[in-house]
Amino acid sequence: MRVYGTEITLPLFLGTAQYPSPAILQDAILSSQCEVVTVSLRRETAGGTGARFWDMLRATGARILPNTAGCHSVQEAVTTAQMARELFATDWIKLEVIGHGDTLQPDVFALVEAARILATDGFKVFPYMNDDLIVGEKLLEAGCQVLMPWGAPIGSGQGLRNPDALRAMRAHFPDTPLIVDAGIGRPSDAVLAMELGMDAVLLNTAVARAGDPVGMARAMALAVETGRLGFAADPIDRRDMAVPSTPVLGLAELM
Amino acid sequence: MITIAGAGLAGLASALELARAGASVRVYEAGPEIGARSVARYAGGMLAPWCERESAGEEVITLGAGAADWWEAITPVTCRGTLVVAPPRDHAELSRFARRTTGFREVAGTGVDRLEPDLSGRFSRGLFFEREAHLDPRLALQDLVNAATALGVVINPGTAAPDRVDLDCTGIHATLPDLRPVRGEMALLHCPEVTITRTIRLLHPRFPLYLVPRGEGVFMIGATMIESSSTRPVTLRSLSELLGAAFAIHPGFAEASVIETGSGLRPAFPDNLPRLVQRDGTLHLNGLYRHGFLLAPAMAARVARHFIPETSDAHHSECQTA
Repeated sequence: MRVYGTEITLPLFLGTAQYPSPAILQDAILSSQCEVVTVSLRRETAGGTGARFWDMLRATGARILPNTAGCHSVQEAVTTAQMARELFATDWIKLEVIGHGDTLQPDVFALVEAARILATDGFKVFPYMNDDLIVGEKLLEAGCQVLMPWGAPIGSGQGLRNPDALRAMRAHFPDTPLIVDAGIGRPSDAVLAMELGMDAVLLNTAVARAGDPVGMARAMALAVETGRLGFAADPIDRRDMAVPSTPVLGLAELM
Repeated sequence: MITIAGAGLAGLASALELARAGASVRVYEAGPEIGARSVARYAGGMLAPWCERESAGEEVITLGAGAADWWEAITPVTCRGTLVVAPPRDHAELSRFARRTTGFREVAGTGVDRLEPDLSGRFSRGLFFEREAHLDPRLALQDLVNAATALGVVINPGTAAPDRVDLDCTGIHATLPDLRPVRGEMALLHCPEVTITRTIRLLHPRFPLYLVPRGEGVFMIGATMIESSSTRPVTLRSLSELLGAAFAIHPGFAEASVIETGSGLRPAFPDNLPRLVQRDGTLHLNGLYRHGFLLAPAMAARVARHFIPETSDAHHSECQTA
């Protein structure tokens, strides 16, 4: 996948929260060979106070995609993005503007507004959005060159609640990188996302809160690779009736 | 004479173990009062190795299972177990917690009611970790001082340690590679209307909470875990999450007085487990993270075995070099 001019080999982005320890997080990143990790920037960690933790992340060699997780307004998200640009020396930002505290749904109106402000300011915006086509169009108009539709509410592990909508997005935005962000629970969900033609999958809880995060990170890496190969190989269509896999014509005549 | 920098939990527990093994010990504390700078003041004081196993290595059990007995010899320990509950819509969290831990029995709603009558009808399911215990951190620190001084340990508050000491227990003030701060915030509530007699853990996907009764209607609630070196007072966001979760345990906490809030920096290594590290001729005991009262006894015993090998069963490999 090529996004904002950067080639990414493994279509898996990992979040870095909720791991049992930074050592396990590091092992998970290394075992999956994930190339991009997202990091949330709270006010609490501003001013470089989270430096020790970030140093450990940088040591993995993965590219850091800061995010605005937990921001509920345009102003909050924009301020957080600006702090992130300074702290991590990157113009990449995963833009989250949360609309509801319980469902963590994106506030798509504020999202589009914040995306426009940030893109105008030179940011390369990765917007966390729902799976609405028109919201996607508005985000592209605002200057985004990638879309990150959710599969299900953040951390819910429900998998892809509406695969048809994702398929429609793929068809509607054939040339825009699409990354499923949120909702992935199991490797099979990641396979399905990739089989739908998504360009990558971003997940956190499914790995961080698994019994063996390192093993799950590896499983997810294999899953996205499997799904991508499957999509590229043009799968057969479903049928209601059986079709014998051995030829019917030309059977040997039995004496 | 063995010299120790830092009269916090790690330093005092090590001093006591060394004195018990017959050493003469001097502890230097840069702060004006013993324990005043110690992050242990803000700890929950839970001796809960089986619960902690949910997110930590097996070491929390192998090193921590004996902690309650160790503390009981010097300070009051409340051995009434831990009750883990979750709001109805977060029962998946309870199932997950049960899969990751041992040493509990499942209790139905009636079992919760029997254990803590004030929680009657509030939780339909729970996990009861009967063998767990808790103590009062500030009382325990004071009792630790008393026990150590009774054995001849000399503690010098308000005195900077000399350039070289035998044992460095200065927590987050130590300069060790890989050591990082994990900020924690807590609050003390006074709420005589609610009676809860054991540690309660409320599972919640975003803000898990523990509540530890301190007696006399006082409860400690905690604690946030933030990868930050900020020492500013507790934030409104953290406090509202903690108080909201307390309210979810029992609405009676709405009437509680918030009598204290606090924040501190837990020292942690990347695997969140404590270590003995030999560096430039000084042994460091550090990285107790959120397991200070739980793991300090076992780590202090290792310190004693390091300095006084005759108390050892030849565990020289327990220490690593930085």
